[in-house]
Amino acid sequence: MTHNTVDKIEYVSFLEHKGKYKGLFSWIFATDHKRIALLYLYAIATFFFVGAILGLLMRLELIAPGETIMKPQTYNGIFTVHGIIMIFMVVIPGLSAVFGNFFLPILIGAKDVAFPKLNLFSWWVFIFGSVLAVASQFMKDGPPDTGWTFYAPYSTATGTNVIMATTAAFVLGFSSILTGLNFLVTIHQMRAPGMKFFNMPLFPWAIYATAWIQLLATPIIGITLLMLIAERLFGIGFFDPNLGGDPILFQHLFWIYSHPAVYVMILPAMGVITEIIPTFCQRRVYGYKAIALSSVAIAGVGFLVWGHHMYTSGMSNQARWFFSLLTFVVAVPSAIKVFNWLSTMYKGSIDLKPPFLYAVSFIFLFIIGGTTGLLLGSVATNVQVHDTAFIVAHFHYIIFGGMGFAFFAAIHYWLPKMYGKMYNFKRANIAWAIIFVGFNLLYFPQFILGFQGMPRRYFDYLPQFQTGEVISSIGGFILVSGLILMVYNLVMGVRKGEPSPANPWNGSTLEWQIPSPPSIENFDEAPVIKKNPYDYN
Amino acid sequence: MSDTNIHTEEHRNDDASKLGMWLFIFTELLLFGGLFLVYSIYRAQYPHNFHEGSLELSVTIGAINTIVLLFSSMTIAMALTAMQRNNKKLAMTMIVVTLVMAVVFLINKYFEWGAKFHHGLYPGSDLMALLERGHLLYFSLYFFMTALHAFHIIVGMVLLIVVLLRVKSNRIHAHKYVLLENGALYWHLVDLIWIFLFPLLYLIS
Repeated sequence: MTHNTVDKIEYVSFLEHKGKYKGLFSWIFATDHKRIALLYLYAIATFFFVGAILGLLMRLELIAPGETIMKPQTYNGIFTVHGIIMIFMVVIPGLSAVFGNFFLPILIGAKDVAFPKLNLFSWWVFIFGSVLAVASQFMKDGPPDTGWTFYAPYSTATGTNVIMATTAAFVLGFSSILTGLNFLVTIHQMRAPGMKFFNMPLFPWAIYATAWIQLLATPIIGITLLMLIAERLFGIGFFDPNLGGDPILFQHLFWIYSHPAVYVMILPAMGVITEIIPTFCQRRVYGYKAIALSSVAIAGVGFLVWGHHMYTSGMSNQARWFFSLLTFVVAVPSAIKVFNWLSTMYKGSIDLKPPFLYAVSFIFLFIIGGTTGLLLGSVATNVQVHDTAFIVAHFHYIIFGGMGFAFFAAIHYWLPKMYGKMYNFKRANIAWAIIFVGFNLLYFPQFILGFQGMPRRYFDYLPQFQTGEVISSIGGFILVSGLILMVYNLVMGVRKGEPSPANPWNGSTLEWQIPSPPSIENFDEAPVIKKNPYDYN
Repeated sequence: MSDTNIHTEEHRNDDASKLGMWLFIFTELLLFGGLFLVYSIYRAQYPHNFHEGSLELSVTIGAINTIVLLFSSMTIAMALTAMQRNNKKLAMTMIVVTLVMAVVFLINKYFEWGAKFHHGLYPGSDLMALLERGHLLYFSLYFFMTALHAFHIIVGMVLLIVVLLRVKSNRIHAHKYVLLENGALYWHLVDLIWIFLFPLLYLIS
């Protein structure tokens, strides 16, 4: 049965489509990739706000030296929970589970992912893991206080709910593996006729590289966490030096996964930016193949740099310079992308709409985060600033300034397609400005504090750090108020906004060739595949 | 390959299912890969303790279990070939034989573990705490690796039981057998991991 896409009366979008179930069940048992994407969006947005409130509590504690609003043990619990929620429940699934799910099949001209039921199962596993993680905060023994890294031997000795938190991380990892597996098979098997690998838009390329990391790296953290759990339950001694084990081995195993996981966060973010920039410059992307292959190169080299988290933990000098060298190597493909984005903008007709503002600020913040990453990758400076606020600033610039801003860019870019409604531009621009200012006020002082010697994960500090800490805390409040305005604007847009046309930005990729919101089958007629997905005439 | 998919109305793509299973097998290999890494580090650190530890395992039971699993890999492959040739009865017999072999493996494992437990040798026991460090790590790895492998045997059995029921109800037939094929692939993986575990734990000297 074919629908006439022009005739609005006959057209049924995926939001209104009537399936086997009704009401809430038509969502939580949906196998449609678009509905699952929205399920992820709502869950992740909720977790993000929980994590952000915990972050704000930490900023409140640090607004003055000494005990301000909480005891040290509470602070330990809060930064651990903040880390677990933000890493495992927000940024690792974030872009690929929400926008990958929604737009990967559409961008390659498919009707759904390869395994729709498995896709729904992944979401349920994700929710189950998240419930475990949240529950670990409220159970009898108190929230885990190890930091999100669960370093042994403290994690084998502390009396808090480490087992539950690590089980949660294991379960969430399982969900991540299944999502990655699903996307890999989708890209290999479900591309529309004529959609060759090098005709794919660059967001699918980024998702492709990400999915390989999810698939190959996540089992390592899985087995590591299982060993940690067994160690706690049976006193096995893999990691406890008293029993012959090696705590540094834990760190190696942990970072063999967790460094590639950074690229699970940032690669889809780069993919989003690569979609947005050509659209708002109305210009063919510069260096298509270089961008596509640099994603794969980042994924590949990213497996080999984990040691740069451990320069101070006890490694031979050879290992240190080798990991340092590889860290510099992995910066090259990232820089290639930045040059390509800038070259795409050159002589383009730039349109400063909200998605583009977020995309440009992504580049700005990513450059700061990336170059400070190189500072940390060189052994000498790393030893100086290891475990200081400098590290906190660096990875927030990458994870929040990078992945977070790309997420906001993506939601402003694709929201009209997802809901068929448009948000208010003016309010979106104001929210962007508040977020951008707040973000930099919050994290930039921490670079300086770190250089001056302020350690991370401390609930107290010397009086000389107070100016920086106060500026940082003020930034935190500005940032959160900007976030609230942004979410309000988007929610109002979805509920009461103007209907959006199929192609509000004059984009050239496939998702803009179908109505907003898409129908349940995505393509009611076979899509026309262009040789270059970014062909603007 | 991909050119035909978008037009097919039926939601079925055997190549995709098989690719999915192969990718899942990759993740399983890496899961055990982490353990093999830990094993090799500690064996390099405590070679004598590992050697002494392996002397306490029964090579006979280990060898029998290896043969049992290799045989079961053969029978599940035969089940697949039988299904492809439309011999439903033989396919079902072969799946049942595979399941019986799995049970034999687990029974052997039960007695092997039981003897260790009887001697007070199990994770968390008082005896374990008295052992030398390398010895302790060897037995910890032994229990951890064989337990994880036994868990995979059980998962594989569940999968094969599902396959068996579907063959019985004709939902798997000579023109649609990808689930049987995937079940067999998984079973080969379980077998393959044991083929690594056997020499690493029983035969080192």
